[in-house]
Amino acid sequence: MNRDSYQGPQGPPPLSGPQSAATPRASDNAPKMLYNCADCGTENEIKPKEPLRCKECGHRIMYKQRTKRMVQFEAR
Amino acid sequence: MSKRNSKSQGNAERLEQLRTRVMIEREGVESISSSEFPYHSSNRHQDIDYIKEFIKKFSVKIIRKEQYDMEFDLIGVDAAIANALRRIMIAEVPTMAIEKVYIYNNTSIVQDEVLAHRLGLIPIKADPDRFYFKQANESPTDMNTIVFKIEHECTFSPKAREDETDPQKLYIGHNLLSESLTWIPKGDQEEQYASCPIRPVHHDILIAQMRPGQKIKIEAHCEKGIGKDHAKWSPVATASYRLMPEIILKKEITGDLADKFAACFTKGVVEVEDSYVEGQFIKCAKVVNPRIDMVSREVLRHKEFEDIVQLTRIRDHFIFNVESTGIMDSEKIFLDSVHILQAKCKRLLAALDHKLREQERDREQMDIY
Repeated sequence: MNRDSYQGPQGPPPLSGPQSAATPRASDNAPKMLYNCADCGTENEIKPKEPLRCKECGHRIMYKQRTKRMVQFEAR
Repeated sequence: MSKRNSKSQGNAERLEQLRTRVMIEREGVESISSSEFPYHSSNRHQDIDYIKEFIKKFSVKIIRKEQYDMEFDLIGVDAAIANALRRIMIAEVPTMAIEKVYIYNNTSIVQDEVLAHRLGLIPIKADPDRFYFKQANESPTDMNTIVFKIEHECTFSPKAREDETDPQKLYIGHNLLSESLTWIPKGDQEEQYASCPIRPVHHDILIAQMRPGQKIKIEAHCEKGIGKDHAKWSPVATASYRLMPEIILKKEITGDLADKFAACFTKGVVEVEDSYVEGQFIKCAKVVNPRIDMVSREVLRHKEFEDIVQLTRIRDHFIFNVESTGIMDSEKIFLDSVHILQAKCKRLLAALDHKLREQERDREQMDIY
């Protein structure tokens, strides 16, 4: 997939999505893990043992999201 | 000091000029330091009532006043007082500014600490008189803290053309501006500040640039502070003074020389007028507005003006320029600085009084033993 055929999050998803190889077997009580695609930036929920592949563009590199924890700073 | 001056003027007159004027000579500025203190010279100061002298000479003239910018003359005080007021305006008049930043999410490229620092510098329109200083061991209350919140996200614009390159049209919310700071009233702040809601002074200060998918979620706490602690609390953009320039002409300058003379000064300082002398009109230079002169000393470079003109500045005539950041009115900043100086003086007097009494007590005890 090249850059030109990329459409923003508002547009319809591209056709070449992942053909989900196996049904996820992850336990349901585990917290939802979201990753950002390194290529197109869309959020992907990836469960354990699931193939690392963007559902939008098929890219195989993912970034972990920033911590949800609050950080305090002094405005100096 | 040049000899030619003492020839043309009496010695007393010359001394008086050195006392009241800062001399601007060809090679530099002379007679800089003030001599207005007791026993500096034998002939003066013996029988002068300084208080009476001060009351007679002191005056404040407002030259230009806008809400956030003013120019005024402070006449008849020593440089020490004028400088104290200037320094207090910059560093000791309190305002409110963002001090603590709680970042819940920031996926923009601006680092958390840089973002916090930028938020701190935004002037916050809130009357500092209605808040207390928050002490280090104190917890935030509605009397010492103002809370702001930012929740911002950048997205693609659905209306943008396919080949659009202008970020203004391509994205929504790609510029995070100070208007996004929303005030969260705590306690009874809502009713207290109903007539003047707390907000950033300017709505269009750029805090961060963003791209689609980036989010910022922040809570910011404002506290009262002074510029001595951090410049973000300084209520002035500039607070400065200069001495009133004076251009003394010892002889009339006429003809083409008048034009050359006028060209030596800032535009508007010297005007060339036609004057009627001995049955004919001739051009004549006249100093009309020395206040706006930048005192370039250009005139002293020319031989023909050497003995005719003398440049000085009036030692006790301070031209103040106070420009507010928009939090307080400019005249309030100056008045506050006067009150702070008064409070400092009172504190010093009380301390001296205390010391004096302590010494007296010690002496009495010595007498007993």
